[in-house]
Amino acid sequence: MSAVLPEKTDKAGERTEPVLVAEGLVKRFGNFTAVDHVSFRVDKGTIIGFLGPNGAGKSTIIRMLCGLLTPTEGRAFVSGTDVAKDPETVRQHIGYMSQKFSLYGDLTVMENLRFFGGIYRVPRKVLPERIRFAVTMAGLDGRENALVSTLAGGWKQRLALGCAILHRPPVLFLDEPTSGVDPESRRRFWDLIHALSGEGVTIVVSTHYMDEAEYCDLLALINRGQLLALESPTALKKRNLGGTLLSIECADIGKALHLLEGQPGLLDLAAFGNAVHALIDPARTTPEQLFALLSGAHVPVDHIVPIEPSIDDIFVRMVGEARESQEGEPGRRAG
Amino acid sequence: MSPALPPRIEARKLVKRFPGVFAVNEMSFSVGEGEIFGLVGPDGAGKTTVIRLLAGVMPPDSGSATIDGVDVVADPERAKQFLSYMPQRFGLYEDLTVDENIRFYADIFEVAPSIRDQRIGPLLSSFGMAPFQRRLAGQLSGGMKQKLGLICALIHTPRVLLLDEPTTGVDPVSRRDFWKILYSLREQGVTILISTAYLEEAERCTRLALVHQGVMAYCDTPARLRAMMPGKLLNVVSSQARDVQKAIASLPGISGALLMGDRVHVAVDDDGRRIPEIVRVLEEAHIPFEPPVPAEPTMEDLFLALLRERRTSP
Repeated sequence: MSAVLPEKTDKAGERTEPVLVAEGLVKRFGNFTAVDHVSFRVDKGTIIGFLGPNGAGKSTIIRMLCGLLTPTEGRAFVSGTDVAKDPETVRQHIGYMSQKFSLYGDLTVMENLRFFGGIYRVPRKVLPERIRFAVTMAGLDGRENALVSTLAGGWKQRLALGCAILHRPPVLFLDEPTSGVDPESRRRFWDLIHALSGEGVTIVVSTHYMDEAEYCDLLALINRGQLLALESPTALKKRNLGGTLLSIECADIGKALHLLEGQPGLLDLAAFGNAVHALIDPARTTPEQLFALLSGAHVPVDHIVPIEPSIDDIFVRMVGEARESQEGEPGRRAG
Repeated sequence: MSPALPPRIEARKLVKRFPGVFAVNEMSFSVGEGEIFGLVGPDGAGKTTVIRLLAGVMPPDSGSATIDGVDVVADPERAKQFLSYMPQRFGLYEDLTVDENIRFYADIFEVAPSIRDQRIGPLLSSFGMAPFQRRLAGQLSGGMKQKLGLICALIHTPRVLLLDEPTTGVDPVSRRDFWKILYSLREQGVTILISTAYLEEAERCTRLALVHQGVMAYCDTPARLRAMMPGKLLNVVSSQARDVQKAIASLPGISGALLMGDRVHVAVDDDGRRIPEIVRVLEEAHIPFEPPVPAEPTMEDLFLALLRERRTSP
């Protein structure tokens, strides 16, 4: 995916300036190429998710975009500023929220906000109004003097977001922002993120979880330093898995797995509680054949239905393919 | 889940209080052979505390727990022969090699040297760790560290395996490998109790419990829990998803309209009735959209709907 994406236009038909641009970005550490010629353009207000295995190069790309690492080759721009030439300006234009929220538990809500306001050099004149906004956004009105350590996860998370945007950065980086918070807080959080994106903030999310990936406008799949795909979750799920994905619901999953393993036309198998997910090559086997095989071996089957692959399914498949083509490995193992 | 077999894990009215909170409030459940039982819930729901009570590393304030019929409070030493507990931060020695770590745990679990060698080889190869035997544990990736932790926990062939959020921070490829291993252990007769904060992962369990504020809110197979989902879910894909959300969020019969990238995830009471209404409203507002399609509820949809119901019913 080194091709530069076509320029996009916004609703009014005007050309929009991309806020994040990477052109042939490379980062090497000694002999190791952590990021290998990655190019993309992200428009204003887009929520982009970076997905990839540990060590795939996600954080290296993000660190370069934050002006914390200098690219070995290629260029990257944040709001038009070259990250290699002017990392200081880049850092003033971004907000960052880590997984651990990096709040001070022994300080109050208000003290944390003032502290981060100072770090981000928010002008004194506007600070009270920005703090007010953050408190309300986090749903912490009336709890300004509570110690942060006494707050539940969802509140901490929204407060951390409030702190990260005190200086009104045009670009916001979030690292697994909703891991471990309860579902209701997670949805509230994403509502806030979508509201920010609606106001034109460009948001970069780095995550391992499709719970989070599903909320993004665009997903960048990174593997071994390369960009495997850059498209919407909906488009990604329509990608060819290389076969048909079936959900086979049956009582005895263990026996079903044994029987199915190694059958011709079976490309992959995974157990899911009461069902086996089987990826089949429809030219070589059919749901009817699998049904007959299992029933014949006294494994009663409740349903066999084709299912839409999850982002995880697509991701694992694409990473597997990339690995095979790079290493010339023989076919995927089922089991 | 055969009721004829005695439960491998049994919790009876377990209670654990910490200053000011009920971390675990009267939890009872039993897990039989062949189950992968999931404790699902957000951070702070009480998952870790339940696992610690079951592992016998923390005594309950009241109630009891048994592993293979042995009371973990009354006879912790005997119970520990049957169980392995992998805490969130498993104690690997980063300056020891993979092999040395495994041998260290074999010593702790008092595995006889002759049996030890027979077990280490197959464990290493079935986890795909054989090539890394001499690598320092500190130099392994997150996924490989989790696998090494599991090998160490399995060196004494336990009947019950307690895993506290083993896949947190592990990428999807390694997670899939990890689950394959869990299913093969289940085949070998190991009963597994696993906690996770990731609802999507819950689908992998044969039975799961939704844990909320120290209470087990629901406990059943994923399929039966799914069948409890009230109403229907729809996806509306649009290049102007934000406008779609605004236009339909307050229509009657719509209990949720969640913006997700290029689509809106809509919870409705009756799809047959609401789809035409949604279509009409969007057409009148001249918002481009693709026809609404039914969506499978995610575990998150389910969790939210069930908790909402619980709150409104007495």
